[in-house]
Amino acid sequence: MRDILTTCVYCGCGCGIYLHEEKGRVTGSSPSRNHPVSRGNLCVKGWHLHEFVHHPDRLTQPLIRKKGRLVPVGWEEALEYTARELGRIRDETGSKGIGVLSSAKCTNEENYLLQKFTRAVLKTNNIDHCARL
Amino acid sequence: MAGLATTFGSGAMTNSINEIEESQVILVSGSNTTEAHPQVARRILDAVDRGAKLIVIDPRRTRLSECAHIHLDLKPGTDIPLLNVMMRIILDESLVDDLFIEMRTENYNELRDMLYRLDLEETAALTGVPLKKISEAAQMYARAQKAVICYCLGITQHICGTKNVQSIANLAMMTGNVEKEDTGVDPLRGQNNVQGACDMGALPNVYPSYQAVNNQDFQEKFARAWGTELSPEPGLSLLDMTHSGKNGPLKAMFIMGENPALSDPVLETVNETLANLEFLAVADIFLTDTARLANVVLPAASFAEKTGTFTNSERRVQMVRQVIPPLAGCRTDSDIIMELARRLDYPMNYESPAEVMEEIAMLAPIYGGMYHERLENCWGLQWPCWDRDHPGTPFLHKYYFTRGHGRFVPSSHQPPSEPVDEQYPFLLMTGRIYHQYHTGTMTRRSPTLNREADKALLQINRHDAEGLKIKNGEMVEMTSRRGTIRLSAEVGSEVPAGTVYTTFHYPDVPVNLLCIGARDPLANCPEYKICAVKIEAAKSKK
Ligand code: SF4
Repeated sequence: MRDILTTCVYCGCGCGIYLHEEKGRVTGSSPSRNHPVSRGNLCVKGWHLHEFVHHPDRLTQPLIRKKGRLVPVGWEEALEYTARELGRIRDETGSKGIGVLSSAKCTNEENYLLQKFTRAVLKTNNIDHCARL
Repeated sequence: MAGLATTFGSGAMTNSINEIEESQVILVSGSNTTEAHPQVARRILDAVDRGAKLIVIDPRRTRLSECAHIHLDLKPGTDIPLLNVMMRIILDESLVDDLFIEMRTENYNELRDMLYRLDLEETAALTGVPLKKISEAAQMYARAQKAVICYCLGITQHICGTKNVQSIANLAMMTGNVEKEDTGVDPLRGQNNVQGACDMGALPNVYPSYQAVNNQDFQEKFARAWGTELSPEPGLSLLDMTHSGKNGPLKAMFIMGENPALSDPVLETVNETLANLEFLAVADIFLTDTARLANVVLPAASFAEKTGTFTNSERRVQMVRQVIPPLAGCRTDSDIIMELARRLDYPMNYESPAEVMEEIAMLAPIYGGMYHERLENCWGLQWPCWDRDHPGTPFLHKYYFTRGHGRFVPSSHQPPSEPVDEQYPFLLMTGRIYHQYHTGTMTRRSPTLNREADKALLQINRHDAEGLKIKNGEMVEMTSRRGTIRLSAEVGSEVPAGTVYTTFHYPDVPVNLLCIGARDPLANCPEYKICAVKIEAAKSKK
């Protein structure tokens, strides 16, 4: 079993939490004692941080809508299709026709990459996230 | 957080969470802190145990308001008149910090003139709180050596959210309660990495580190760094994108880890907008309501499956560490973005998130000293952190405000855009609860959290319930001008008569369906908190 220190995903307090790993699965959460915010304490959400990771509802296959229904496809097909459509709409209707939403649940690095992708590749500043909620 | 940015030049928490403990007076406004920010609440209660005074501004009775020395239980939507009355009293009692105002701020005269024109009795009457009680609170706050103000959704989600925030900033500046340790104005961020998403420029008008896209210097800087031309035109905001309806300007959207189909107010318009796109791609860990509308759904990795950083409310940038590899069939969002970029002839070849952070450090001055190898070996660093040797910044605006001088922006009362009337006699307020998080895509799939709070409840005052012949636990129908939802009643005394309260975490009870599309012109903040509704006992039992 390994304990790995990470940061809680639930609220802006940003508690330091150890996730317990056993045989490739995340099995538990416990507070960091010396972390300046958590100081050995977590709220109920933090104590159960690991619970959604292996939930049976997790998506594990890309889906594409075919004849009105979402059907499983391979990654190659899904990425190819996404890139082609975004590229086509950018070139045909112009960049103003594309909007991107980033996420307060994603990391800084991912947010950075997505806004760079939006600005440098899709050529638009139409990017926002749900900060106001 | 437009409000605080226009006043101070920065929209982040000015203090660290732990400083709250050392404060002498804590004023909490529009924040149900025990439920939304448990660790902040803990500091507040610890401070109270040590003798600090607590003032809570909230229409509802909350766990925190019960520990308060003064609970200003104002009528919903009357924050500005309440704050103005407080400031006028501070002025009348000569508790103003003249030196601070002189040295560090501008436009004070305009505020003072506005306050002198105020009819105290009349303005206080708007709020429903006795003048004497407001006066006590004002003096308690102004006389403190160290005082902090914490505020949250309650304040920013009114139609006049930006003005509310500016009024709070006015109060803090006129008493000089800003620039010191254990003293300041602290917006509490709702989601874990809202701060980081803003810092990284996931906003339509700024690049990372709040560098405006329509400023030519910044635009050239980023164009050079990224080796491509960039648009100088600010983009569309979230609501402009999702509320444009059938004939909106967008043909395609790419949505990463958000669920606007549920989290946006006025759901129908959002669904209409999304359903009418030519192309919608969604990357998420679950099949959310938004993903159900998509043309392509890409299964993303959860936080336990990737490395990177989050930035908390106190601007602390800290590591998120990979515990297990992405589940079979999933990919990290970075991976997805890089794959798409490569296919669109713009290769992004980052070896690791650490390398992405190096680019961030180079381009975003407030993150200038943030490197993974540094962050690995400490409890994170608080921005601004200008270079590799900079120790980070526990509290902001120490010797000067980010924008130079703090600016007073006086505001007057703006009545809610949908007052109650005969047909819709109740004010509906919305908020969050302790066991659930945002739209619940994650918490609802956590068995323990879901067991503790498994259905949406409508808090209603005992007297109102009696009048409507509604018993505790009974199903009710709640209708606004925009729709009807069903949920069970929780009869009690948490909310005042004439007001009801519920939360927005439950997909089967889409409260947002009832909300108003009216928005704050400056912060684009949907008016979530208040709208007029009617309540009836549900006709048939489900
Ligand atoms: S453990 Fe609770 S208080 Fe701490 S960050 Fe997570 S949700 Fe917030």
